[in-house]
Amino acid sequence: MSRIKFELRKDQIDKINEICQSFNNEAGELINVLHKVQGTFGYLPAEVQEVVAKGLNIPVAKVYGVVTFYSYFTMTPKGKHPISICTGTACYVRGAEKVLEEFKKELKAEVGETTPDGKFSIACLRCVGACGLAPVVMVGDKTYGRVAPEMVKDILAEYAD
Amino acid sequence: MEKVKLNIDNKQVEVAKGTTIFKAAKQMGIDIPVLCYMHLEDLGIEHKPGGCRICVVEVEGRRNLAPSCSTEVAEGMVVKTHSVRVLNARKTVMELILSDHPKDCLSCAKSGKCDLQNMAVKLGIRDIPNQDIAEMSTYRMDFSPSLIRDMDKCIMCRRCETMCNDFQTVGALSAINRGFNSVVAPAFEMDIEDSTCTYCGQCVAVCPTGALTEVDHTNQLIEDLANPEKTVIVQTAPAVRAALGEEFDMPAGTSVTGQMVTALRELGFDYVFDTDFAADLTIMEEGTELLDRLTKHLNGDKSVKLPILTSCCPSWVNFFEQQFIDMLDIPSTARSPQQMFGAIAKTYFADKINVKRENLVVVSIMPCLAKKYECQRDEFKVDGNPDVDYSITTRELASLIKRANINLAILEKQDFDAPLGESTGAGVIFGVTGGVIEAATRTAYELHTGKELKKVDFEELRGLGGIRKATIDFDGLPIKIGIAHGLGNARKLLEDIRAGKSEFHAIEIMACPGGCIGGGGQPLHHGDSSVIQKRFEAIYAEDKGKKLRKSHENPYITKLYEEFLGKPMSEKAHHLLHTHYVDKSKKIIYMK
Repeated sequence: MSRIKFELRKDQIDKINEICQSFNNEAGELINVLHKVQGTFGYLPAEVQEVVAKGLNIPVAKVYGVVTFYSYFTMTPKGKHPISICTGTACYVRGAEKVLEEFKKELKAEVGETTPDGKFSIACLRCVGACGLAPVVMVGDKTYGRVAPEMVKDILAEYAD
Repeated sequence: MEKVKLNIDNKQVEVAKGTTIFKAAKQMGIDIPVLCYMHLEDLGIEHKPGGCRICVVEVEGRRNLAPSCSTEVAEGMVVKTHSVRVLNARKTVMELILSDHPKDCLSCAKSGKCDLQNMAVKLGIRDIPNQDIAEMSTYRMDFSPSLIRDMDKCIMCRRCETMCNDFQTVGALSAINRGFNSVVAPAFEMDIEDSTCTYCGQCVAVCPTGALTEVDHTNQLIEDLANPEKTVIVQTAPAVRAALGEEFDMPAGTSVTGQMVTALRELGFDYVFDTDFAADLTIMEEGTELLDRLTKHLNGDKSVKLPILTSCCPSWVNFFEQQFIDMLDIPSTARSPQQMFGAIAKTYFADKINVKRENLVVVSIMPCLAKKYECQRDEFKVDGNPDVDYSITTRELASLIKRANINLAILEKQDFDAPLGESTGAGVIFGVTGGVIEAATRTAYELHTGKELKKVDFEELRGLGGIRKATIDFDGLPIKIGIAHGLGNARKLLEDIRAGKSEFHAIEIMACPGGCIGGGGQPLHHGDSSVIQKRFEAIYAEDKGKKLRKSHENPYITKLYEEFLGKPMSEKAHHLLHTHYVDKSKKIIYMK
């Protein structure tokens, strides 16, 4: 697995330590600490896990163990434009699967992955509450309805900067 | 103590409240099978994750079967340990474990000593259903200088994690991922070599299967022994003689020194020497260094730090080189006996027998896995040629002896060769916690006071307590000594030093439980920690039986200094017998 190297700045290290302290640096609070830290950084790169391990005085192997156990935690940063494809029941029956395949093909990335340039990431979610527009795709905060595989190229082109 | 009455297998029993069903049954002589469970009583380690479910029993009135290793007894409980329901459940659990386990038992390094294999025998497993469709979890092999990880054979008992994290506080291993994909691995799935692992081998010592094993050097040794151009010499660590017999069905604590020497000669070694000789040499160097630092410190030289820490244990060296890098100047600079032996063998002895360095193969028999790594360190090589070529464990030696059709039990007892085979009782006790510092005390006392030490047995330094302390009277000068075995205990003493709270002049540290006698390369104890106590007694008995018991009285040591080294801490001694430590605190090496 390749990885984008993550250099922690001092203020970021301070922030992690602050989160650890807010849980009294207790080892038993690891999950809560990781939750907050991921909320701040968007993901949990190895360097961040190291600082958490030091802060709670536990082996970094243990932190990694917890991060890999829960699917909520991720070590992959989201793209600048996170793409979410709804695969809830309504979207699914109206062809979300094909749309998803098209995104994967265009971006050469799998679900849960980020493109090497850090621009796009692909995720699936279950129902955004817009079933009337199925199949639905979100890119960042923008919602696209009635998406067909042929539209995928055009959608991506909007973010060509 | 509050008592609880219960019924197990139609027999009444009364046990203390809080006892588990497993232990209550054991008191009655009923051995409920356990697999992930491990209780090293003498070390205070109880591992009961309740994960494997082999130990389930039926408790009347309970809907589900209960894991007996982690279920406490209750008043009036009625337990059945071998009802049809229990036996069927146990069999199913075993079949499920085996369905995701490689079937290469015939060629597995653990074959014959495998807890999983033994359990399959005990439970009468004759068939592993659905093998043709069962998916197998796979994981890459991980090789290091000392140990090999083959996670395909891991059954997730997690005993290794308990030893690595709780007992040693090394923190190299953790269960990662979930469900079918879960394995025990270092952080970020880096190689064990890049992790904080110290190669103490305690994970290997408790692994029930072939998931964790040592690097095998026996085939290379067989080749070298058969090579007419090579002179192959061997050194044997003190702890080996106190445990080797166990591999040949002798009771724990049987000393087999003389038989081991004979076996090594029969295997074809040109010279059979003793690491105990080098242990005596270590005392000359380390004892002198201790007195030197002590005298300077007491004379007010603030640049000299105390306490001095022993440096014989390579796992301990790895530990402080990774986790206590601010204190690299505190341990003694003396090399370990294994490396002192190698350095002397490839200079002094090679010259004596007129053999070129590259044609001399120095092999060590060690109770240890970290020694395999230690002899590969660059500091201990001359132009790429290592002082000690390779190190094999007590277990590997037993395997070699068996392969050579030698029956250790009926061998005559022979003596080590001269000059590097002569040793004192002080050298022997290097194999046990407290032994190095006791040996140092015997010599340092006489060197410091100039008086004869009448009573050489320092009972106050002996024992299996994790952290021990004693004050020894050096003729009016009280010397405070600390001893720790197990890196978790060592950590406590180190943190005291870091905080400026340490009261000691000298501290001895060994990484393994009981010292080298409980090393990662010793015959497997299979959860019975009483064998360590018995090896402990065997070592002290061997010391008592020695004519000479103080290192500086070893005539061959005296001769070595006269002919070759000059005096302890001389320039030559520094060059050959001392070392330096490096900062190895790991910068994380990221995912492959």
